[in-house]
Amino acid sequence: MKALKYILVGIVFGIVLTKSEAVSWYRIYEMFEFQSFHMYGIIMVAVVTGVIGIQIIKRKKIKDIKGLPIEIIDKEPGSTRFWVGGIFFGLGWALVGSCPGPIFILLGAGFLPMILVLFGALFGTFLYGLFKDKLPH
Amino acid sequence: MDFIFQTWPWYVSGFLIGMVMLCLIYFGKTFGMSTNLRSLCAMTGLGKKVGFFDFDWKAQRWNLLVVLGAMFGGFVAVHFMGDASNVSINPKTIAQLAQLSIDAPNGKLLPDTLFGNAIFQSPKKILILIIGGILIGFGTRYASGCTSGHAIYGLSSFQLPSLKAVIGFFIGGLIMTHFIFPLIF
Repeated sequence: MKALKYILVGIVFGIVLTKSEAVSWYRIYEMFEFQSFHMYGIIMVAVVTGVIGIQIIKRKKIKDIKGLPIEIIDKEPGSTRFWVGGIFFGLGWALVGSCPGPIFILLGAGFLPMILVLFGALFGTFLYGLFKDKLPH
Repeated sequence: MDFIFQTWPWYVSGFLIGMVMLCLIYFGKTFGMSTNLRSLCAMTGLGKKVGFFDFDWKAQRWNLLVVLGAMFGGFVAVHFMGDASNVSINPKTIAQLAQLSIDAPNGKLLPDTLFGNAIFQSPKKILILIIGGILIGFGTRYASGCTSGHAIYGLSSFQLPSLKAVIGFFIGGLIMTHFIFPLIF
């Protein structure tokens, strides 16, 4: 049961991202060409839903499933890593039209060439780990 | 029941994505897909050689289960919930893609030009997909998050670093589609 809830949330996530076409290369291209509101609408509504939900959690001090207080973990402060890392990711996102979630979703859906993107992404993660201490953060 | 097979509207999809994140927060976890790439690297035993991968990836097993579910969800949605009317993008976009000799969607999620099985015979396209992947893997770890962790989770909790990262995502994306695409396609 403990494992099942994560799998179920994952299934919903995979279906929603596919049916909203956020996993579609075409939708990402269309977004970066500013030729449709669709992707912007998805991100905006997701954020607004999240803001409202997190505010309710904070104000009503809602406990998590185990009865522990819910903590929102702050990202570490800084600038360079977010700008530079962000731009690197943006280049890849636009090129192959998928972010990490969709890479897995599309692979599960049976798009075999996605395996190349996954290998690349794992190798890219490895490269970061290798050069982490030499990079400006 | 017809709506299930159509493209889900942005307000329904956005709301459900927000709810997925809130569910994970309620489970006492966070929302972030790119962390799984680090876990997968650590699972291979890389931690012995590279310090960055020397962490307790087993504590991240829940996230790998989310990904496993997402893969199954993608399978169900593509094989049982699709319709020829899907991916009806802007006709202007289709015309622009034709100029780059990229095929129109016609109900498909991905262009055959880049994701058809024929690409395995094209070294150029294999390279494009691998380089795209490297940029994603390197960039998300450098920025410590991707669309889910920064754009959704980070912005929802008003975190300034996430805003910087998201602006970075768009700078990178715009450079790619507007300046690099004409050079490679």
